Amino acid sequence: MATITAPADAATRPQTRTPFSQSKLSTPVLGALGIVGFILVWELASRFSLVNPTYLPPFTEVFATVIEVVAGEQYRAQFWTALGNTMLGWSVGLVIALVAGVVCGVIIGSNRWVREFTHSTIEFLRPIPSVGLIPIAVVIFGVRPAATIAIVVWACFWVILIHVVYGVTDVDPVADSTARSYGLGYLARARYVVWPTVLPYLMTGVRLSGTIALVVAVTIEIVVQAPGIGQMIAQYQSAGNAPVVYALALLAGVLGLVINLALRRLEEAVLGWHPSVRAEVIS
Amino acid sequence: MSADATTNEVLLSVRGVQKIYSTPTGGVEAVRNLTFDLRKGEFACLVGPSGSGKTTLLKCISGLLAPTSGEVVLDGKVVDGPPRNMALVFQEYGRSLYPWLRVADNVEMPLKVARVPKEERKRRVEEALEAVGLAHVPTSYPWQLSGGMQQRVAIARAIAYQPEVLLMDEPFAAVDAQTRADLEDLVRSVWAKLGLTILFVTHDIDESVYLGERVIVLSSSPTVILEDLKVDLPETRDQLETRSDARFVELRHHVYEQIQKAKTYTGDTEAVRTVA
Amino acid sequence: MTTRSIGMRLVYALALPVLIIAVWWVATLNETNPFVPKPGQIVSDFFGSWFGPLLVQQVLPSLYRLGVGLISAIVVGVVLGVVVGSSRVARKLTGPLFEFIRAVPPPVLLPVLLLVIGIDDRSKIFLIFLGCLWPILLNTIDGVRGVDQVLADTTRTYGVTGWQKLRRFVLPASLPRIMTGIRLALPIAIILMVVSEMYAAIDGLGYQIMLFKQIFQIGPMWAGIVIIGLIGIVLAWIFRVIERRVLAWYFGQREVETSER
Repeated sequence: MATITAPADAATRPQTRTPFSQSKLSTPVLGALGIVGFILVWELASRFSLVNPTYLPPFTEVFATVIEVVAGEQYRAQFWTALGNTMLGWSVGLVIALVAGVVCGVIIGSNRWVREFTHSTIEFLRPIPSVGLIPIAVVIFGVRPAATIAIVVWACFWVILIHVVYGVTDVDPVADSTARSYGLGYLARARYVVWPTVLPYLMTGVRLSGTIALVVAVTIEIVVQAPGIGQMIAQYQSAGNAPVVYALALLAGVLGLVINLALRRLEEAVLGWHPSVRAEVIS
Repeated sequence: MSADATTNEVLLSVRGVQKIYSTPTGGVEAVRNLTFDLRKGEFACLVGPSGSGKTTLLKCISGLLAPTSGEVVLDGKVVDGPPRNMALVFQEYGRSLYPWLRVADNVEMPLKVARVPKEERKRRVEEALEAVGLAHVPTSYPWQLSGGMQQRVAIARAIAYQPEVLLMDEPFAAVDAQTRADLEDLVRSVWAKLGLTILFVTHDIDESVYLGERVIVLSSSPTVILEDLKVDLPETRDQLETRSDARFVELRHHVYEQIQKAKTYTGDTEAVRTVA
Repeated sequence: MTTRSIGMRLVYALALPVLIIAVWWVATLNETNPFVPKPGQIVSDFFGSWFGPLLVQQVLPSLYRLGVGLISAIVVGVVLGVVVGSSRVARKLTGPLFEFIRAVPPPVLLPVLLLVIGIDDRSKIFLIFLGCLWPILLNTIDGVRGVDQVLADTTRTYGVTGWQKLRRFVLPASLPRIMTGIRLALPIAIILMVVSEMYAAIDGLGYQIMLFKQIFQIGPMWAGIVIIGLIGIVLAWIFRVIERRVLAWYFGQREVETSER
């Protein structure tokens, strides 16, 4: 670093300090400020009756209710049971969708003819929104966790399927031919050539599915009162209990964040060794 | 265009420009002290080793960056933002043209913003495309054209804008040698025809001597001016003839030596020598 | 494209579906359980019960809510996205906040909105609006933030600033990302439309389907579900047509780039 001698013409003042907005500190600080600001607006809007406080309780009250719901006598048992039900539907549905999606995806992806023939069917069935199938699920399974699981499976299966198919079709044909010429059998090739290529796509699919599964599970619980968090929200909404409804909504958001974070960690852990060449299939 | 522009008035004045970039680990002095004048109608080349702050200097001159100290004066006014009568042609031609506009619209766009009347606009666009030899592709999209043609569009756009000063930042570094030769001749012919003032930055020594009336040799970072040469080659230049001319070889050799020295230069202030 | 290859494409497209329907038909030929749908019955129920006054009374209000919610989400999302995307400070301020709000499953907001606004059109439209806002807003922000630096410098040197810069540079440059955001919002819009109508409504496609279920008219119920699927397909198709026109330059550019690699 050179020492700076006084310049001849100082028409502009030397600016060697980075503006705050570019510094590394600013990201968490400003981010926290944003959240605090939002909470402040909420609190004031409620306290000053800009919105009817019966229907928009102040943040502080909602926050207190959150504590109550999670730990307090009155709601605790119901909340944790409901959470358990939601997570049951979420996890079972996700696992089934994963297995089915990988199996079908590999079959469809590895064979050009199968792909050609199934393409139209997939493209027709895939966009059918899972919520549309709620009545059918209820007719078949009744208002029980099985209905939730069925719809979660429908929603997540297509996501996983698409990602696995993309992954399998992305396998480098040169690498595959090379492996073949070295005498690697089907299973060995699957392990050393196909799997590493598919894995990143699959992980992206899993991460997306994790979020979708939560949304779908909660949706079904709200709409048909299947057991779970959604059902609890619906129950307190018809009773007009605003603070609990808001508290549960916040908790649902936290749940969503936790799941998202956990899945990202999982993705990073599994793909730690993999160069970041992943394609997020935006379907 | 007179062969000797040294009697014309000064159009662009770079005075003691210094640029220090602030990074989380401290300041990085890219440009230490640059002072030179550009006269109206001059074609000057800036040449220096890689990492010699050439692009930084151009950005300061064009008003995209504010110098840490020192100033740039264009036509008597201090530059503190991109001035109206200056145009800049970038090296990355592919990224400097708007991909959603056709060639003619790309050239026309700055004129629309400057509220040039429609008739006048159409005329200027036509003439500019004609001047760069692209009159036949006005309705193509830039990405449908080859690299060399894209750079021509960028040049046409700059011409149509009718700036007083044209800055060019290593514009031909990313094209193949054949195309580069054509484009070099194109720039010289445009300069001769329109009487522009051109500041041409390059790392290609041959190019700088071939094109310029004047070559300013820069050191590596922190950059100062090592030498300010006058190129006394004849006015009409030809890729084959001029490049094998004895004087060309001499000048080129000299610049090359300076550059080699520049790579290890660690002096403090500028040492400007005008070589006749 | 030769007639032969068009023919082949048709064969590929229809072979499996035709097979499935045929198997389905045969399997349910002697079925008497009213809960099991038969293909022929669905088609006749589709035309019988849905076509006619029901279409206008139930489907149109649904589409209206969908349209209003989606379009307002597009307008607000793009405007807000451009504002936030253009300012580093604004992006940092809103970053974590938006991340959290995005994590809340939209259907969860339905009961909240019903509390605040009540069971009428407005709460449903607002729900659709909120659900669609996030993908559009976040993608617009990313699009604005990611504009090419060289192009931005070029724009500056030619004196294109302010409103002109927005109109001629920022918006066209961000358009691919904005369209992505809208494309992601489409299925969300449909889902929220149906969900809000299944939960608490007095009219609408979702409401009608639930009604059919409750009075054990399974055939029309299935037909209604098919209609949901059809709306999704039509909406996606309309979007693709618009996207192809509006982003013609973008697809062309990408095609050239990928062929050069």
